[in-house]
Amino acid sequence: MTVYLPIAELSVNILIILGMGAAVGFLSGMFGVGGGFLITPLLIFYNIPPVVAVATGANQVVASSISGAITHFRRGTIDIKLGTVLLCGGLVGATLGVWLFSLLRRVGQLDLVISLLYVVLLGSVGGLMLWESIGAMRKAAKNQSTPRRRPGQHNWIHGLPLKMRFKKSKIYLSVIPVATLGFAIGILTSIMGVGGGFIMVPAMIYLLRIPTSVVVGTSLFQIVFVSAYTVIVQASTNYTVDIVLAFVLMIAGVIGAQYGVRVGQRLRGEQLRALLALLVLAVGIRLAIELIIPPKDIYSVVSAGFGF
Amino acid sequence: MFDLARLCLVSLVLALAAPATAQVREEDLSEFTEKLEIGISTDEISITSDFRGADLTIFGAIDGFDENLLAQGKYSIIVTLEGPKENATVRRKERVFGIWVNTRSMTFELVPESYSLSSTRDIETIAPPGELGNMGIGVDHMRLVPLGFVGDGSNLGEFRNAFRRIRETSGVYQRDPGGVRFISSSLFRASVRLPANVPNGVHIVRAYLFRDGLFVAAKALPLTVVKTGLEQAITRAAHDQPVIYGLFAVLLAVITGWGASLLFRKE
Repeated sequence: MTVYLPIAELSVNILIILGMGAAVGFLSGMFGVGGGFLITPLLIFYNIPPVVAVATGANQVVASSISGAITHFRRGTIDIKLGTVLLCGGLVGATLGVWLFSLLRRVGQLDLVISLLYVVLLGSVGGLMLWESIGAMRKAAKNQSTPRRRPGQHNWIHGLPLKMRFKKSKIYLSVIPVATLGFAIGILTSIMGVGGGFIMVPAMIYLLRIPTSVVVGTSLFQIVFVSAYTVIVQASTNYTVDIVLAFVLMIAGVIGAQYGVRVGQRLRGEQLRALLALLVLAVGIRLAIELIIPPKDIYSVVSAGFGF
Repeated sequence: MFDLARLCLVSLVLALAAPATAQVREEDLSEFTEKLEIGISTDEISITSDFRGADLTIFGAIDGFDENLLAQGKYSIIVTLEGPKENATVRRKERVFGIWVNTRSMTFELVPESYSLSSTRDIETIAPPGELGNMGIGVDHMRLVPLGFVGDGSNLGEFRNAFRRIRETSGVYQRDPGGVRFISSSLFRASVRLPANVPNGVHIVRAYLFRDGLFVAAKALPLTVVKTGLEQAITRAAHDQPVIYGLFAVLLAVITGWGASLLFRKE
């Protein structure tokens, strides 16, 4: 059963796209991640042009993050003020990112940069996760307690000027690191089609020392708006958002996520985290191999009018 | 498909029926008495998005021919269908620090997005390469003019060859030596291939008449290709109303994400 993707300009098997969306949705529900960092490489493996995969991935992120963001908003676990500072940085970052995206596309280096960024990102995130989960498994085996947090410890970030009081988070923090973090995530959203939660959440906890209770809600708040903004800007400058592809992915994704959440609640953490880490590493390695092996054809043709 | 079937119907009173607007170019060289006329039944075809390619039939006639030469088979005809023109960039990958990177590129000015050629026989035997090259007939003789600075031009040939090879492999450039048949002494029928991924826009049907290796006359007709259907409407919206399209994509994501969480909570 094939469906024609009007923007990607190719016919795909709808069942494969549905399966991809459901599998990534399931994993994202189970681990509480957005899934953009898995969907985009999978689409690239399925020969969707990277430019379309990235812009469409951002659209999928909106769908997978919105319900979480609403839930956190209802529970009052979003620091709107902090989120707005993040968002301001994020919007500037996304604007710059889309501009970079167009520039790289014009000079023919976009596919390479997307792949390289994914290899670095998936390699480091997967590696760290694997390291952490193996450590946790060892400790569990030795019956030790989880590592102690070091609350109240300050680092150089807390010495920066332009401080602002964030009441909900009960912290007094410079806006510079917050906006910078948002900015960096905004660039990643527009060039890689990821929400960036898997980087933003640890950065907020460990670098900015924001209380864990508001971290997830606030990062989802930023992700929803930055990825929505990215979709609109990508659609109007690069014409690369494939609405048919995005819709199939998001339908399968949100359903998969619901089941993922249920399974995730019943299972224990460390082994699952190690499995996710292995999956992330495998995707990263696959992308790296494609950069290294000689291509089928060293020449490629792009038409200025429509193609890629 | 229905439209294509209709295409094959043709008015045989071509000289009388051909509309004035359809006559784009007419070359009349005084030393030859022959004239070429071609006709297609419509100047616009609409194809649905499940289109898998089809043949377009073009009828034509030679007027003022020489009976003896015709009997000896000295007349040859080439018919081409040329798609809309765009600049096309060819890129070449090289290994840099172990990974494959696009290092060199060349942009060719206004080359057709699609090109189908039919002829009475292999075009290399119809006219000398120089003549074909001058007129830009055939994939191998198509004008590929690089845009901007190309250095000493030593790699021009390899980029041109790569361009032709990739376009032919992907099926947008095609040739059919034998696609033009005489159905009576001076009346001929040509079928040119519309590829599955035929681009939208104004295509040009060109017919060339050669006599014993010499170019005699040419004729051209425009043909507008319009794709229809939902997919095409989406493509058009994405390019004509990009901001609204983007907003709609976001709205769809919001409804899907939110809707799913409401739906599953009730269960």
